[in-house]
Amino acid sequence: MAKQLQARRLNGIDHNPWVEFVRLSKEYDVVNLGQGFPDFSPPDFAVQAFQQATSGDFMLNQYTMAFGYPPLTKILASFFGKLLGQELDPLKNVLVTVGAYGALFTAFQALVDEGDEVIIIEPAFDCYEPMTLMAGGRPVFVSLRPSPAPKGQLEYSNDWQLDPTELASKFTPRTKALVLNTPNNPLGKVFSKMELELVADLCQQHDVLCISDEVYQWLVYDGHQHISIASLPGMWERTLTIGSAGKSFSATGWKVGWVMGPDNIMKHLRTVHQNSVFHCPTQAQAAVAQCFEREQQNFGQPSSYFLQLPKAMQLNRDHMIRSLQSVGLKPLVPQGSYFLIADISDFKTKMPNLPGAEDEPYDRRFAKWMIKNKGLVAIPVSIFFSQPHQKDFDHYIRFCFVKDEATLQAMDERLRKWKRELQP
Amino acid sequence: MFLVQRRLYSLVSRAKLLKTNALGFSTSAKMALRFKNAKRIEGLDSNVWVEFTKLAADPSVVNLGQGLPDISPPTYVKEELSKAALTDNLNQYTRGFGHPSLVKALSCLYEKIYQHPIDPNEEIVVTVGGYGSLLNAIQGLVDPGDEVIIMVPFYDCYAPMVRMAGATPVFIPLRSKPTDGVKWSSSDWTFNPQELESKFSSKTKAIILNTPHNPIGKVYTREELQVIADLCIKYDTLCISDEVYEWLVYTGHKHIKIATFPGMWDRTITIGSAGKTFSVTGWKLGWSIGPSHLIKHLQTVQQNTIYTCATPLQAALAQALWVDIKRMDDPECYFNSLPKELEVKRDRMVRLLNSVGLKPIIPDGGYFIIADVSSLDADLSDMKSDEPYDYKFVKWMTKNKKLSAIPVSAFCDSESKPQFEKLVRFCFIKKDSTLDAAEEIIKGWHSPKSDVNKRAFPSLL
Repeated sequence: MAKQLQARRLNGIDHNPWVEFVRLSKEYDVVNLGQGFPDFSPPDFAVQAFQQATSGDFMLNQYTMAFGYPPLTKILASFFGKLLGQELDPLKNVLVTVGAYGALFTAFQALVDEGDEVIIIEPAFDCYEPMTLMAGGRPVFVSLRPSPAPKGQLEYSNDWQLDPTELASKFTPRTKALVLNTPNNPLGKVFSKMELELVADLCQQHDVLCISDEVYQWLVYDGHQHISIASLPGMWERTLTIGSAGKSFSATGWKVGWVMGPDNIMKHLRTVHQNSVFHCPTQAQAAVAQCFEREQQNFGQPSSYFLQLPKAMQLNRDHMIRSLQSVGLKPLVPQGSYFLIADISDFKTKMPNLPGAEDEPYDRRFAKWMIKNKGLVAIPVSIFFSQPHQKDFDHYIRFCFVKDEATLQAMDERLRKWKRELQP
Repeated sequence: MFLVQRRLYSLVSRAKLLKTNALGFSTSAKMALRFKNAKRIEGLDSNVWVEFTKLAADPSVVNLGQGLPDISPPTYVKEELSKAALTDNLNQYTRGFGHPSLVKALSCLYEKIYQHPIDPNEEIVVTVGGYGSLLNAIQGLVDPGDEVIIMVPFYDCYAPMVRMAGATPVFIPLRSKPTDGVKWSSSDWTFNPQELESKFSSKTKAIILNTPHNPIGKVYTREELQVIADLCIKYDTLCISDEVYEWLVYTGHKHIKIATFPGMWDRTITIGSAGKTFSVTGWKLGWSIGPSHLIKHLQTVQQNTIYTCATPLQAALAQALWVDIKRMDDPECYFNSLPKELEVKRDRMVRLLNSVGLKPIIPDGGYFIIADVSSLDADLSDMKSDEPYDYKFVKWMTKNKKLSAIPVSAFCDSESKPQFEKLVRFCFIKKDSTLDAAEEIIKGWHSPKSDVNKRAFPSLL
């Protein structure tokens, strides 16, 4: 072909930073704490729900309603309506998508035009930027920045803050949307009410939409509360709230997500949906509906998975924090999500010249070195920053702790070996 | 930390006071304007399926509308999914471009058909149904300002997907050769080669081909495909070949892949569907096969849209494919047994429609049959007047006769609608009891052969 073969919307978004790490993880004998998904089973009730959906009524093998399997949209409307303080209509206010990823894609395509600006708070899940670009939008980044902790003390992800004046300065007449992710991947920060109010007020003042990625909403620790920005005054009418069955029920392979919002915005997402995937698989939706029925009945009780999972993950978090410190990694305590980041500045000082491409950020070189030499996989946090800022944030790596006890034990073994190798 | 909090607080308070902007306009008044949709979806909000599935949802309606089997998928297919549901490691994310065992099975299956190796990682991508493959292909390869040739009638998503990519659909109608009235077949429908060539311009990026064809059921012949291939090569365009009904071909016809023609592999994306292959439309798994220099762009779209498809469904599909890959020459192979089963149903529908004076177009493939309903001369004066005849007819038929179908003009661009508005599409991948019920309803109509009959059958008026 004389002209460029691929569509221009793919310019600059074909690169996948994960590919290299996935490949290396397979080549070496590793304990994989990089990939962001559980290596334990979903809860029994979820497994049973999927079993029932796949062995029951054979008509579940056929298309369901385009915008969501009715029992699922019904339960999502009821469950989240209570949490958001809104009367939700299953047809008008809820859309089921192929994972939260699919919800994000649908939102960007529906609402972001050529030249629109989208504010992305960094560090950010790495798909927000390419999805903005694919929709012809212009990503505008604003960083969360750490406040240094007193020496020798643990840092907390909530110490990473936005500068209010800086954030305000990012809003222009072209700003169409702001992407919020709380609890945040990779930091594990849970935005406080006050921080959300700041974002909310700016969105209202500048008439901007808020795309709120809340996939880790149940994973909050130390008594922190997840707050949906859509529940704040003036925000329901301008917010899209995204959730994930994969993260809620430790079943990422089911790829069921949802987005909720006011009908006048949701109708545009429905238009994209009917011109992109149209239907989502029926049986996985049926299983998720059943899981939510069960959680609705158990809501707030000790038997609720949405309480049991964070309880168990908090122990994993604490275990990992203790273990990582033993080799000189400096983990930051996350208040939410199932990730934590560890500061590798000391390693950057002691071993600055690790192999890697010219200009390759240190954290990527360190992560590759760690895979090859220490048998541990973690993800360099610079992946979650926009290109110009990567050099300022090249001294952190992200660990995932939604892992089986056996995996954490295996991690401990590698760390003990590492520690021995540190001693002269 | 305290200082930061104080600054935060004062900014929040200031923001609360700023309810009007610099020009003194209330910000809330502007709200509705700013939430306008992106331009790419302008005019794409209506959808025939959303409208008609709602209509047919009434359980007392015999639904021959949406292409949804009400027969059971084969037992081994259902069993593989049940097994997959119990396999723990299938509950988590798999490879984005396709679950390894699935792309391997697809590569093995299609290597036999294409007669050359197909790289499972570079030349295949697994998508959310055939629909998802169309999305990936169009988003990956079609730019604003491009033209994409679409033959009419067309599966209704082609045009809006092309528009959503900012491109212009260029339509060319299939036309029926005059028939002597005895037998009207989908092979009587074809395109005019000169007319087709006239549609190619310097802006043409791709042509979308659908064979076997929905809704007509046409199976493109070698000669027709050669014409299309020659034009694609002459004008250096891509071909997106939607072959989701590839196994559903009836006696006397053969499905031919345009990608196997000289010069075509390098410029063709061929789309397949688990839903249509195994009667499991609700699994929403499809695939695109093509050269790596094209597939890689569909993979880029994948990683920026849904990232990966559901794992247990892919694993189950892989196992189901292996069952049939091993017995492709066997009549028991589902790729062979399903078309045999459907041919019987097709023939039944043809007899039934003929018996009441409707003029069916006998499909050579697919699981739809369309019929000219004008001889029924139904009184549609109650229905909205600005809709095409077939829309009104189907709504009338659903409401009054409790039988649903899909208007063929839904598969047409606005210019072509008048040519097709007497045609209605029936789906026949239905169990016998459904077809029995449809038969009862249709036989309850008697086609008026003359005005005398119209008066004699006032129930039609």
